Amino acid sequence: MSAGGGRQRTLAEYLAARVAAGVPLVVGVVTLVFVLVHAAPGDPTLALVGDFPVPDEYRAQIRETFGLDRPIAEQYVRYVASLLRGDLGFSYAQRRPVLDVVLERAGATALLTGTALLFSTATGILLGALAARRPFSWLDHAIGGGSLVGFSVPVFWLGQIFILVFAVLLGWLPAQGMVSLRADPQGLGRVLDIAAHLVLPALALGLRQVAMTARLTRASLLEVLSRDFIRSAHAKGASRARVLLGHALPNALLPVVTFVGYNLGFLLAGSALVETVFGWPGLGRLLYDSVFSRDYPVLLGIFLTVSLTVVAANIVTDLLYAYLDPRIRLAR
Amino acid sequence: MIARRFLRSGPGLAGAAIVTGLLVLAVCAPLLTEKDPFATSLAAFEAPGDAAPLGTDNLGRDIWAGVLYGARVSLTVGILAAAVSALVGVAVGMTAGYAGGRADTVLMRVAELFQTIPQFFLALLVLALVGRGLEKVILILGLLGWPLTARLVRAEFLSLKEREFVEAARALGMPGARIALGVILPNALPPAVVAATFGVAEAILLEAGLSFFGLGDPNLGSWGVMLQNAQGYLRRAWWMAVFPGLAITLAVFGFNLLGDGLTDALNPRLRERT
Repeated sequence: MSAGGGRQRTLAEYLAARVAAGVPLVVGVVTLVFVLVHAAPGDPTLALVGDFPVPDEYRAQIRETFGLDRPIAEQYVRYVASLLRGDLGFSYAQRRPVLDVVLERAGATALLTGTALLFSTATGILLGALAARRPFSWLDHAIGGGSLVGFSVPVFWLGQIFILVFAVLLGWLPAQGMVSLRADPQGLGRVLDIAAHLVLPALALGLRQVAMTARLTRASLLEVLSRDFIRSAHAKGASRARVLLGHALPNALLPVVTFVGYNLGFLLAGSALVETVFGWPGLGRLLYDSVFSRDYPVLLGIFLTVSLTVVAANIVTDLLYAYLDPRIRLAR
Repeated sequence: MIARRFLRSGPGLAGAAIVTGLLVLAVCAPLLTEKDPFATSLAAFEAPGDAAPLGTDNLGRDIWAGVLYGARVSLTVGILAAAVSALVGVAVGMTAGYAGGRADTVLMRVAELFQTIPQFFLALLVLALVGRGLEKVILILGLLGWPLTARLVRAEFLSLKEREFVEAARALGMPGARIALGVILPNALPPAVVAATFGVAEAILLEAGLSFFGLGDPNLGSWGVMLQNAQGYLRRAWWMAVFPGLAITLAVFGFNLLGDGLTDALNPRLRERT
């Protein structure tokens, strides 16, 4: 009893507990994909091969690999085993393993979503803090109203509007792709070229996120500003700006961190749409093409990749939260 | 009481007006245009003007008619999907919150799984596998959107089931099912109503996204289908993209405002705090 009771958890224990909590989610995602493959209309080979005319031998080979004539439990074990080997299946349409196809595109998506995430988090926190500085002022109402519109706009339509305004009408920025096909610059020129192509899709993707982050930051800041330690800080004679930025904001950002981490799934969904609008060569564009070519193994592979990335992001968010707020990890 | 608070909420009223307006446009579509939204004509890529108020698309179809009739599809999907989510969410939340124990643990784990999996990707995968169709979109979006409602209803049940009026009902010998449905549920509904309102907005956006990916019902021109079609002609006909997108934004904005207004009206404590 003496060792337990009031003993506080160590960070390592907390880490282990959080990672363990992710296991059922991973199992759930994998099982769901397995169920979908088997619940799909027709034969499971349809989902595993895709909807193309393929030779019967290939279908037979798939049947053999996944043991489709075996009991369902054995099929499940085989499926999980193949995933653990890093085998996401084979795209007959592209005649390559799905994993290769997915990895090739993941970088572009990471660049786009990463940029959008950085820009939207910074802008959102800034706007939220500006709104909370004087609640119910005209600026607060403007930011509040703007956020409400911001998260009502479909990201892909915003992308189309950006193309119409900044590419077609003004001709300032490129509207399609990640690099200029004709120029193909090298070195620094290439970086700048990609950056120019990145601006519009990242803005379109980030705007909804800016709106949500701003709303959340404002609400959280107002809540924190009503607490006692803020009054103490004021009483000590700290300036308004110092109280807001030095005392209130760090405490108010905890829910924002959680939101940003937990919202990665939405961001990736937005990215799929925005990539399609801008011809950005990422996973989203691949998803779009695979829907049209009925390349189901690639669809399944992207779904697995995205879902597992989101699960991982949730775990990382929990850890970050615990790091920022020791009360969480020390609570038993 | 709640109605009066709602009527005093500016955003809520504005949202209600937008939503009502769109519903009227959708219902009265045949009165507002003589054109058939699917009728092709030789007047393709007509800019907005006298002949076609919002222009025509690549096949000469009237955009104004398309937006009006598209409202029927988008609003139907949004409202019915949110209704399915609300039903499932209330049922799950009620069971978990009232039964507690193992049922609660299992149901909340499933809810967590469905909250984690990105809805758009799962809906897209399922639609790609089972084929397109309006009722499929509604059902899939409905069956994916329930976890939030379930959590909110569960939380209400957990706090309400210990309250005195519930204990009184129990002391009177009321059966458990009647207590859950007749005594606790009515008090646990307000958050579910708010969640359902925001759910309509979310479902409209998701439907638009799925249609943009070519998974909408091709025989019913929703706003998302129109935007998919517009993508190929951005440089040629801006009006093909601008108007259906404005319609989506307005509808989603309307339901979000309505949800905000309902939050204020149903939960005054929240309002006083901010």
